[in-house]
Amino acid sequence: MSSTINGQASAPERAHSGVASYASMGYWEPDYEPKDTDVLCAFRITPQPGVDPIEAAAAVAGESSTATWTIVWTDRLTAHDHYRARAYRLDPVPGNPEQFIAYIAYDIDLFEEGSIANLTSSIIGNVFGFKALKALRLEDMRIPVAYVKTFQGPPHGIVMEREYLNKFGRPLLGATVKPKLGLSARNYGRVVYEALRGGLDFTKDDENINSQPFMRWRDRFLFCMEGVKKAEAASGEIKGHYLNITAGDMEEMYERAEFAKEIGSVIIMIDLTIGYTAMQSISKWARRNGVLLHLHRAGHSTYTRQKSHGVSFRVISKWVRLIGVDHIHAGTVVGKLEGDPNTTKGYYDTLREDFTPANPLTGLYFDQHWAALNPVMPVASGGIHAGQMHQLLHYLGEDVVLQFGGGTIGHPDGIAAGAAANRVALEAMIMARNEGRDYLNQGPDILRAAARTCAPLARALDLWKDVSFDYASTDTPDVTPTASY
Amino acid sequence: MRITQGTFSYLPDLTDEQIGAQIQYALDNGWAISLERTDDPHPRNAYWEMVGLPFFDLHDAAAVLGEVRAARTAHPDEYIKLNAYDARLGRQTTALSFIIGRPANEPGFVLDRTDESDRVIRYTLRRAAAR
Repeated sequence: MSSTINGQASAPERAHSGVASYASMGYWEPDYEPKDTDVLCAFRITPQPGVDPIEAAAAVAGESSTATWTIVWTDRLTAHDHYRARAYRLDPVPGNPEQFIAYIAYDIDLFEEGSIANLTSSIIGNVFGFKALKALRLEDMRIPVAYVKTFQGPPHGIVMEREYLNKFGRPLLGATVKPKLGLSARNYGRVVYEALRGGLDFTKDDENINSQPFMRWRDRFLFCMEGVKKAEAASGEIKGHYLNITAGDMEEMYERAEFAKEIGSVIIMIDLTIGYTAMQSISKWARRNGVLLHLHRAGHSTYTRQKSHGVSFRVISKWVRLIGVDHIHAGTVVGKLEGDPNTTKGYYDTLREDFTPANPLTGLYFDQHWAALNPVMPVASGGIHAGQMHQLLHYLGEDVVLQFGGGTIGHPDGIAAGAAANRVALEAMIMARNEGRDYLNQGPDILRAAARTCAPLARALDLWKDVSFDYASTDTPDVTPTASY
Repeated sequence: MRITQGTFSYLPDLTDEQIGAQIQYALDNGWAISLERTDDPHPRNAYWEMVGLPFFDLHDAAAVLGEVRAARTAHPDEYIKLNAYDARLGRQTTALSFIIGRPANEPGFVLDRTDESDRVIRYTLRRAAAR
């Protein structure tokens, strides 16, 4: 038969020499019952005009597992029926006649144990450039428990981090040192000291602070630790600065990580840009050396943000939980960066819960069991300030790091004052919540009351009272809450 | 110097009424409350002295508050904290912890520095002598 997928008039000759439709080769199997051990994927597919969506779904299943564009006789040397992925369900997308959600099942034998590199090379390896599709997005992935158990996950996890830091019952507070680039090491450490002594738990290198000519890594590490230790002495609390060890090669990263440990840092940091395998190696290092591991999701929006094409951040969340980091940036809802509330809740649940049920409202397509794999502490960073504390607590909950960079360092009375304003706002909001107050609606009143004994908070509330980032999200679930949901 | 460990150290010291509300919140969540005291609040001092066992079977906020008052009276010059413990699967850790008593004069800490080679400094946090 002719291939409906390539849509070319010259297809028949090719067909004679061995091109069959993916669907007819077994990649579409609507009565397939997924096994508990299968990896399941939900792809949003946008076929080219004239391409049959079933064939498009089958093609995605084929190209992400055993198939190539033509029949190969060597197929007959394998247990093809076992290794072939199957598209088993195809749903139209409400309100978008061009798009469909294709569900595809992969046998667990297709993947190397404990390798996100292998899993992703298979599943997002080459299908995303497939000509017959206008666009393709990996919306969600069900990782079977059998595969979850081939990973060790976060080196410490939320409970261990809290016990290690001796901080309970409230979100942690952080700030990224600003300006991001250009400070000398000594000035940089000043910001660390002021922010931590003022009341933050953590300060942070930004993703693009590595080891540039204006500030080499070793100098930065030494001055930052001076700031951290002085702040510990001033507060009696454990403090940390995420020392970014991202570098051009693994040898250099290990050297920086070893030095961070050597001088007593409780936490190091990596960027998503270093790649899956590098992250997994550093995760093992962090577990072996008892150092918390923070991941900045640098670059993710290039492929997570557009709803029609790429990989959803909920999938990235699953992969990094398996890879094993203790922190990952996962959105703020109210800040300056992309983040629909329900979609963000889907990420946070994926990072923190031991079981997440399928829920179209939060964009989760599958039930996911984590089998006691450590949770990841989400980090909310980017354009947030003390005046939003009630919303942040409402949307993001308690196990989260709230990072106020500009919202700390931009305080007119200084960095320590900015930090204190954030800490007082947070503690006041937690207290009000625990007292049973309707803190979301009474939030501004609670903050004003707290500001009566904290002048820096009063200044912060006045300064940033009109700052909000109210733009429509590009990445939202297909359904919205209605009375029947 | 005011040590700022615990959930509410940046707020004015809690009144008994405010402490009672937090106790009620903990009890409503099914958390067991315990009290711990120390004269050594070093941030790495994980084991303050327990003031009895956790009150696993005390479900009345007023009764817990009575224990808080008794501990304060018995140890007026020490740090005392109230912990709420969440024994749920997957947590099995402290859910809330805040200081409910502290000495009138908090000596704080001294940071000792030892120079090593290559600009590395070893830091030791030491309790300052009481004034």
